[in-house]
Amino acid sequence: MNVELIGICKTFGPVKANDNIHLRIPSGTIQGILGENGAGKSTLMKVLSGFIQADQGVILLDGKEVRIHSPADAIHYGVGMLHQDPLDFPPMKVIENFIAGSPGKIVPNSKEVIARFYELQQQFDFALDPQAHVDRLTVGERQQLEILRLLWLGAQVLILDEPTTGISSLQKIKLFETLRKLAAQGKTIIFVSHKLEDVEQLCHRVAVLRRGQLVGEATPPYQMDDLVQMMFGKVVSFGGRESYKPGEIALELKGVSIEDYRMRIGPVNLQARKREVIGLAGMEGSGQLLFLRACAGLIRPTAGRMVVNGKDLTGKSYHAFLKNGVVYMPASRMEEGLVPGCSLMEHFVLARDQAGFFVDWDGAKKTARDQIAAYNIHGRPDSTVESLSGGNQQRALLALMRTPASLILMEHPTRGLDIESTLYIWSLLKGRCSDQDSAILFISSDLDEILQYSDRILVFFAGRVSPALDAASISVDQLGQLIGGRGWDAF
Amino acid sequence: MQRNKIQWTNIAFQLGAVALALGFTTLVLLLADAPPLEAYKNLIIGSFGSTKKFSDVLVAWAPLMLATTGLLVTFTAGLWNIGIEGQITLGAIFTTGVLRALQDTSAAPTLILILAILSGMIGGALWAALVGALKTFGGVNEIFGGLGMNFVATALTLWLIFGPWKRPGIGSMSGTEPFPEALWLPQIAGLRLSIWSVVITIAALICIYILLKGTYFGLRLKAVGRNMRSSFILGIPTWQYMMASFLLCGALAGLAGAIQVTAVYHRLIPSISSGYGFLGLLVAMLVNYQALWTLPVALFFAALNIGSIQLPIVLKLDSSLSGVLQGALVLSVIIMEGVRQRFLKAARERS
Repeated sequence: MNVELIGICKTFGPVKANDNIHLRIPSGTIQGILGENGAGKSTLMKVLSGFIQADQGVILLDGKEVRIHSPADAIHYGVGMLHQDPLDFPPMKVIENFIAGSPGKIVPNSKEVIARFYELQQQFDFALDPQAHVDRLTVGERQQLEILRLLWLGAQVLILDEPTTGISSLQKIKLFETLRKLAAQGKTIIFVSHKLEDVEQLCHRVAVLRRGQLVGEATPPYQMDDLVQMMFGKVVSFGGRESYKPGEIALELKGVSIEDYRMRIGPVNLQARKREVIGLAGMEGSGQLLFLRACAGLIRPTAGRMVVNGKDLTGKSYHAFLKNGVVYMPASRMEEGLVPGCSLMEHFVLARDQAGFFVDWDGAKKTARDQIAAYNIHGRPDSTVESLSGGNQQRALLALMRTPASLILMEHPTRGLDIESTLYIWSLLKGRCSDQDSAILFISSDLDEILQYSDRILVFFAGRVSPALDAASISVDQLGQLIGGRGWDAF
Repeated sequence: MQRNKIQWTNIAFQLGAVALALGFTTLVLLLADAPPLEAYKNLIIGSFGSTKKFSDVLVAWAPLMLATTGLLVTFTAGLWNIGIEGQITLGAIFTTGVLRALQDTSAAPTLILILAILSGMIGGALWAALVGALKTFGGVNEIFGGLGMNFVATALTLWLIFGPWKRPGIGSMSGTEPFPEALWLPQIAGLRLSIWSVVITIAALICIYILLKGTYFGLRLKAVGRNMRSSFILGIPTWQYMMASFLLCGALAGLAGAIQVTAVYHRLIPSISSGYGFLGLLVAMLVNYQALWTLPVALFFAALNIGSIQLPIVLKLDSSLSGVLQGALVLSVIIMEGVRQRFLKAARERS
């Protein structure tokens, strides 16, 4: 099926997620879509698969204009999407999952469906047991199930979002084989990824998005440097980097490994020193979040030792880490950072140690006023946190961090903030770093931010962690390639 | 100006909720072929018609209020303590147990009463602790855990009344052998009301009000109830706080049970909780968990319960009419709140 996207625009508030995107994908093509986080890949794919509707623009399937209102609509037109996290029903059986999405009959004819299931799976050499429970399957097998299901529903266009994350290399080979077979049958494959290697191996053509715009297209043989350049653009430096004088070791990791169901990280060895800022770079979901949470004691590592300020805290709880001067700032402000329904003043009381049995509300009001002024928060002591804007919530989170802290861990400290707030927040952070002898580890998907504020950089790719790289001497290209999974042989 | 307008809208919606509840109850009365005005008049006379009747309202109000006060604590922590009925029952059982054990000793009656009431609180707290432990360590939702424990408590009561604690001769649904008058909470002459139950109830309400509004404990409990994850990240030991709220609520429920034994029935009867736990849930929901409002609303609910007693005699109506009105009131308040939110949202979008 020929897919044509004409002038797709989609804005979320002030953000242009898709800005007038034109893309033609002929039938039988494997089309790669490259771009960093927030470039607009997911938005574009969601528009095509009916999860959201574009503000402007037209979708043509085989030359006919279609309006896709929902994912069910999309599959009716022959467009199916495979999500990064499989959207299946884990407590159910494989065959039940297979049937669940099908329209029509109240009582499905299982025998017929099972026969069809085997027939389909034989085509692609899959070996799924229809009676197995989905929660026993690996991510790769769940992906195979999802592909079969979409094909059974009549998908002519298959969108895959980061399909190679969390699957084994054998499963990846099989996946690529399958996709090539499907393309040869005339199906259209859209392959969304940030892994340059995968795109190079598989795709017939590549489109690169950056900040909502289509910035370039390429066909093999691909020039990797050009792709990296297109993905990340020219990184502008904000003037001279200050030199730093590292102090004692704030955090030491000795052979630390961390695991979850889709990846294994480490073993990592690292010494983070006081007055030092370490940026954690990598595409979202490459392991940096698990790593940072393990540093805070929120996740227990499976091996290795963690030493904070000379004290071995391996296996201790998050609250033990907190008592030893580790503070953690999550990215989801309203879910993990702030308490909706409580005022700023109440938050300042909550975040500080208890003094007596009764709360001194007059004193709390005064503290709140001081903090609101010091952190430039637009709000009153009795403002509830949900009434604040995102930037003000973020500043409130910063103001809530306990002092003194020897180790500050942050997820995306400035995500979604305007440039003014970003500069202000980093001036506060740098201030804390030097005045209070804190070490900072932060995650960011913004390369500018990583390069601008880090002294050293750790790059994450599919659970692999680079040695700490000196931020002053690494080039943007080098960093971009590492993030895309190339050049790791050097370590 | 704008603020003022919103306040008036809120009052209008609350009045609307009351009208809706009355309308629904009137409809039920009409369907039952009963004169609505006459029924309402009897409800009022039956509860506020004489000092004696009003004192009866206070007799029902004290345990209802204690249960509601306890529920304020668990609701603040974001917990649905459905198990409160069982906690009241266990309070009554513990109190009865201590009274039975000590009634033939030479200890002073006042001391026996104090010990009995305290052990009632411990009994309620223990029953609540089981629900809390099931939730914290077993992953059992407190609603299911509480419901299960309620059945166990009822069965335990019946077993005691017909088994180990049965009256001389044969056990009966009328309960255990009544205690001597020396072991009753002192009553006002000529009335069923004990001033002590009113004093204890008001003292409990004041303590809980101060605890929730003025202390670190109360603030942290509120934070845990609003967002457990953020509270944990902020450094609050969340499960310990949830456990503490169960213990507090259970102790207050146990106190209600102790009052039922020492001030109202003077023995253990099969339905010793009188449904005050569930009624307390309704009161707490109706006032949107604001401590001070529970006092008048609980009084109103108690008045409905007492006022409806004479309905069967005068109008040949079942006394469950009070339940219809109470339920309709809570539902209509919740419905009106939903409508109000939509109304405000629409108003905001227009402006």
